[in-house]
Amino acid sequence: MKGKLASSSSGLRAKLWNERYIFLLLLPGLIYFFTFKIFPIFGNLIAFQEFNPFKSFWESEWVGFANFQRIFEDAEVLKVMRNTIYISLMQIIFVFPAPILLAVMLNEVARERVKRVIQSIIYLPHFFSWVVIISIVMLFLKPEGLVNQVLESMGYEWISFMSEPDYFVPLIIIELIWKETGWSTIIFLAALASINHELLEAAIIDGANRWKRIMYIILPSISSTIVILLILRLGTVLDSGFEQIFLMLNPFNRDIGQVLDTYVYEKGIKQSDFSFSTAVGLFKGVVGLVLVLGANKLAKRFGHDGLF
Amino acid sequence: MHYKTKADKWFDAINYFILGLISLCMIFPLLYIFSVSFSSMQDFIQKDIILWPANWDFGAYEYIFSTPTFGRAMVVSICLTIVITFFNLLMTSTMAFAIVNRFTGSKFILRMVVFTLLFSPGLIPGYMMVKNLGLINTYWALILPGAISTFNLIVIRQFFQGLPKEVFEAAKIDGANELQIFVRLVLPLSKPALAAFALFYAVDAWNAYFNVILYMNDTTKWTIQVVLRQMVMVSPPDNNLLASLLRDPPPAQTVQMAAILVSTLPILLIYPFLQKHFAKGVMLGSIKG
Repeated sequence: MKGKLASSSSGLRAKLWNERYIFLLLLPGLIYFFTFKIFPIFGNLIAFQEFNPFKSFWESEWVGFANFQRIFEDAEVLKVMRNTIYISLMQIIFVFPAPILLAVMLNEVARERVKRVIQSIIYLPHFFSWVVIISIVMLFLKPEGLVNQVLESMGYEWISFMSEPDYFVPLIIIELIWKETGWSTIIFLAALASINHELLEAAIIDGANRWKRIMYIILPSISSTIVILLILRLGTVLDSGFEQIFLMLNPFNRDIGQVLDTYVYEKGIKQSDFSFSTAVGLFKGVVGLVLVLGANKLAKRFGHDGLF
Repeated sequence: MHYKTKADKWFDAINYFILGLISLCMIFPLLYIFSVSFSSMQDFIQKDIILWPANWDFGAYEYIFSTPTFGRAMVVSICLTIVITFFNLLMTSTMAFAIVNRFTGSKFILRMVVFTLLFSPGLIPGYMMVKNLGLINTYWALILPGAISTFNLIVIRQFFQGLPKEVFEAAKIDGANELQIFVRLVLPLSKPALAAFALFYAVDAWNAYFNVILYMNDTTKWTIQVVLRQMVMVSPPDNNLLASLLRDPPPAQTVQMAAILVSTLPILLIYPFLQKHFAKGVMLGSIKG
């Protein structure tokens, strides 16, 4: 009976009625997306206001682009931006190549069992929280911690690693390498698994040793994967790993360690400078969007599908 | 079998050696923390470097579970992780199946989903939303804002698309609606994939730190990650305080290491299952739909 009713009304209504169970399945997700991913985008409008938390959004004064102008005049923001890009580039230089090397080395292991045992060990740190990893680092690097014990037993002076700003970026890099190198090998191992075996056999017959096979066949075969991943990583150059840096920051290393994300948190949530911190966040979001779209286009030019 | 030259053997030897060294670097911190956390006061003070507990001592563990905060935070984290895992999986899989279908407005919704992958509203607007909904200091603030990971949504959708279409079409001809197809056909067929995503969601929920700091001012509602950070970095247990509380106190460092180990235990327990599933999950993600 319901079907009859629907078919007698307009075409669109009938179609919608036919799709009612799809909408039922869609509804919770749709409400979620609008509430937490779409609607808050309009919250960025306070970046164009001098938002007063004691007044409502509608009563706050509109100031146009004044907050964005402040971004480029504020020496602190400029420093924070430099920090962000510096840390990010350091990550790309030191963290990015590590899994490639490790994957190539793993790929040379002929015994499946050995390979699997190594993989189980090196994938593990990926699943530890940043709190756990940085707790471990702090306990190891304390004045009376293991590393300083070893240094002193070798006759060196102990080092105050956590309060010495010079050690901040190297520690970030080492933590990141320890946590993610193993896990990041997965994608390169997949690329290595698809190498043409006839090519390798031919090289062996021609007398190419292991080293030469790696240099002239294996690495060139995965170079497109490497280039694509590098381009896509460059697209997220304004992201330098929020939680890790947030946990590593202390009054001694703030000058070198403060990045855009942690700055927005401190300025906005801690100091209630909502409009300006929103402006910084929006600026980062828009530049990030442009960079990712650009990176994706570039990736497509290299003959890859891109991400979207 | 290939004939191995002498150079090949050297290559293998060096390769195994370096890989062994790397594996050792990955495992050593855990082993060290394990050993110190089970060491007695005397061993900790006298010995330079502890590689294995000489005299097993459970004082550090007795201490952390005698404090009210640690045990409570463990219970909060375990309950939250279970709730979040099921809730996220339900939200993600229902929406993922809905957008497999073509329906009025489906293109628009797909575009919206991809857009949210590229552009997030930002920290402050997200915080304001949670605040205006009145969720600050409630567990909802930790559950609702992260209910669907857009990346997981897209990957699960791709997985559903790969399921045999004929089965669904036959079911439709037999008069089944999409809801019935989802519950009776899609979910049973996707068990392994959904198990993988359940594990990913569970690990993320367990490891979550910043959102708790952001939304929870009430310290009695803190999760294990925040309490652990408090114990190690912000206000470490004081040796004098420990001594006043206990007759034979464990040193503060062994207490901290015990706390690290206990808070990592759930991850270590599910790791074998993770391993079985994660490669599948990662590979699913790399296939473009």
